[in-house]
Amino acid sequence: MNRVPDTTWLIENGRIVDPAQSLDRKGRLLIRDGLVAAIDPSDGDLPNNCHRVDADGWIVAPGLVDLATELGEPGHEEDETIETGTQAALAGGYTSLACSANTDPPIDTAAAVEFVRQKAARADRCRVYVIGCVSKGREGEELAEIGSLVEAGAIALSDSPRPLNNTALLRRALEYCLMFDKPILDRPEVPSLTRGGVMHEGLTQLSVALAPMPAEAEDLATSRDLRLLETTGGRLHLSCISTRGSTELVHRSKNRGTQVTVGVRIGNLCFDDERLRSFDSNYKVNPPLRSQDHIDALIEGLNDQTIDVITAGHQPRALEKKMQELDAAPFGMSTLDTALSQVITYLIEPNKLSWSRAIECLSYMPAKVLGIPAGTLTPGSAADVIIIDPRAKWTVEPSELHSCSHNSPLKGEVLSGRVQMVWVGGHRKFWRQ
Amino acid sequence: MSHASDFVLPKYPASWQHRHLLGLENLSAGEITTLLDIAEGFSNYFRGGGSKLPLLTGFTVANLFFENSTRTRNSFSLAAKRLGADTIEFSSSGSSVAKGETFIDTAKTIESMGADAVVVRHATPGTAQLLARHLDCSVLNAGDGPHEHPTQGLLDILTIRQHRGSLKGLTVALVGDIAHSRTARSNIWGLKKLGAHVIVCGPATLVSKQWESLGVEVAYHLDDILPRCDVLNLLRIQFERQATRPFPSVREYALLYAMNSQRMRRSKPDILIMAPGPINRGVEITPEVADGPHSVILQQVSNGIAVRMAALWLLLGQCTDSASTQF
Repeated sequence: MNRVPDTTWLIENGRIVDPAQSLDRKGRLLIRDGLVAAIDPSDGDLPNNCHRVDADGWIVAPGLVDLATELGEPGHEEDETIETGTQAALAGGYTSLACSANTDPPIDTAAAVEFVRQKAARADRCRVYVIGCVSKGREGEELAEIGSLVEAGAIALSDSPRPLNNTALLRRALEYCLMFDKPILDRPEVPSLTRGGVMHEGLTQLSVALAPMPAEAEDLATSRDLRLLETTGGRLHLSCISTRGSTELVHRSKNRGTQVTVGVRIGNLCFDDERLRSFDSNYKVNPPLRSQDHIDALIEGLNDQTIDVITAGHQPRALEKKMQELDAAPFGMSTLDTALSQVITYLIEPNKLSWSRAIECLSYMPAKVLGIPAGTLTPGSAADVIIIDPRAKWTVEPSELHSCSHNSPLKGEVLSGRVQMVWVGGHRKFWRQ
Repeated sequence: MSHASDFVLPKYPASWQHRHLLGLENLSAGEITTLLDIAEGFSNYFRGGGSKLPLLTGFTVANLFFENSTRTRNSFSLAAKRLGADTIEFSSSGSSVAKGETFIDTAKTIESMGADAVVVRHATPGTAQLLARHLDCSVLNAGDGPHEHPTQGLLDILTIRQHRGSLKGLTVALVGDIAHSRTARSNIWGLKKLGAHVIVCGPATLVSKQWESLGVEVAYHLDDILPRCDVLNLLRIQFERQATRPFPSVREYALLYAMNSQRMRRSKPDILIMAPGPINRGVEITPEVADGPHSVILQQVSNGIAVRMAALWLLLGQCTDSASTQF
C-alpha cells in the first residue's frame, strides 16, 4: 500500500459530497500520486495521460471509515479472516477499518497488534488500524499494557463487545489514557440486567417470550460512563448506543461541554424489534434491536449531532453458530457489504438523513474519533475515494457477499444504492463490473 | 362399544391452509373453531368407547422432546396411534448437542426416518418456527419455552366450551407465573379470539402491566377478581425458567394465590377449576379443590388427546383422499 501509484485519475461529472469541506455539488476530482490533487482542476493542469471516469449521476465521496470491525483473526477464522473482511469492506465502500480487540487471544499485547497489521498489509486491500484491549485478557480486571499497545500502533482501546462493567477499572483507564490521547470505546450495558437476554424488553418480547434485555440496562451504564468522563476528562466514545434514554443523556452531557463522542450501529437504525417475530437468529444482536420510538430518537440524535458516528457493527458469525436455537446462537450481524446501502435505503431515501450528514457520520466523524488522516477529499489528503450509484437497485443474496460469514438478515431484500468504485491511497482497489 | 363404522368424519375443511401448527397467535377464530369442532367429534367418539380410526394409516409422527414431558408426549403418541399412524420417539433432556449434533441436524435425521410430522418441545422460543423453516414435513409445536403451547390452549378452551357451550362473554382468569407461561400466551390468543374476557393474575414480578397491551386485564390480587370469574386456570410456577426468584417463598405464594376451600366459597357457584399440570398440590391448588366437584383437570387431559388428533389430521389429512370418507 506504500507504493505510490503511477496512474492518474480524473473523476468527472459526479456529485462530490465532502462534509469536511462543506462540499456538495457537481465537480471533478483529480487523483495523482496517491493523493487528492485537486477539485475542479483547470484543463491546463490535467496531465495528458490521465484515466477518466464518467461519474454522471453518481456520488463521489471520501472512503468510509468503520470504527470497531470484527475481522476474526486470530482465533475466529471460521467467522472471518482479515483477507475476506477487508474485501467485504471494499465492496461496501470502506477504505479504513479499526479492527476490534475481541480476537482469541485478544489484542492485549504489542505482538498481537503487530500480527494484525502484518496480516492486513499482506491482504493489501483497505487500511486496517488496530484497537487494543483496555484490560488484560479483555477480562475487565486489570489494565492492559496500554502504553505498549499504543507504541505498537493501537489507535484506540476497547474491550468491546464486552462492556466495561468494572467502574473502578473504567475510571482508571480514562485517567491512564490521558497520557496517550487515545480514545476508550465502551459499549454501555449493565450485564446483570441483561443476563441470558436475547431481545429488547417490550411489547414484541412479551408476545414472543424471548428473554428480555431492558433499555435501562444501557441507560444506567451510559449515565455512569458520562459521569466518570466529566470527572476524569479524556476521550470516551460510546461505540453503539441504542436507546432513547442514552441519546437524551448524551445530549444533556454534550450541552454541558463533555467531550464524549457516540456511535450507533446501522442495524439499530434499520430494524426494529418486530423483526424478531421471525425468530431469525440473524436479528439477534447486542445492543438489541429496539422499538420504533428508540429508533426515532436515534435518528433525531444523528441529525442534531448528539450521535456522531454510524458504524457497520460488523460481527460475522459462521453459519453453524447461527443455525441454533435463539438462546444458543451468538449475537452478531454481518454488515460490511451492505451497511452503506442500508443507510441509503432506510435513511436517505425516506428523507430521514441527508447525504452530507450520512457521509459525515460514516467517514469524517469516525476518522476524527480515531484520530486518523481520513474522511475527507481535501486536496493533499490521501486519495481514499468512493463512487456510489445512488439509484442502483440490488437484491441481497448472502452467499454473494464478500464476508466469510453470511449472517445477514437481508436475504432477498432489495436495497437501493451501491458502491461502484473504490480507491485506497490512489490505487483503484475495487470496481463493480 | 362404538366402531369405526359409526364415526362420521367431518368433511376436510377446504379453507384449512396450514401445514404447521406453531401457535394460536396466527390462527383466526374460524380456524380455532374448526380445530375445536373436529376435536369435539373425536372426543365424543372415544367417550362412546370407539376404537382406533384408520385416518392416518401409513403416516409417521415423530415426537421430538428436548425438554422433559410425560403427559404431552404420551398424549401426542396416543393421538397418533389412535389415528393409525406410526410413531418415533426421541427425547433428550437439555441440549441435543451432547454428541456435538445441532438441534436442527437431530430433527433432520428424524425426518429422514420418514416422519410426516414432527412434534417438537424445546426450552427456547421460536424452535418450532426454526424447524418449520428447515424441514419439509409438518411441524407441531408442543411447547417452545415460554412462547406458545397451542394444543394446550386448544384443550383448555375445548374443556370450557364443553361445559359452557360458548366462550363469548365468559371471564377466564389465568393465575400464577404468567411471564414464563406458554400456556398463558396460547390461552390468551385463543380465548380473546373466541370472545372471552381474560384476566392475568399473579405477583407483580410475574405479571407486568404491559400485558394489558395484549387486551387482557392485569390483577395482582386473586381475592379481588375471584367473584367475577367463570373459569380459573391455575398455572404452575416455572421455577426452572426463573433467573432470579420472583417472590419471597412458596408459602407466601400459596397464601396469596392458592385456590383453597375458603376461596372456593367466595367463587361463583358454577366456577370451573382448571390446571395445565403437572399440579403442585399445596402451592397453586389444595387437594380438596383439585379433587373437588368443580375441577375439570382430568377432563383436560382426555381432551388433550382429541385436540392432538384433530391437529394431526388437519395437518396431514389433506395428503390423504379420505377427506370425506365414512367408516
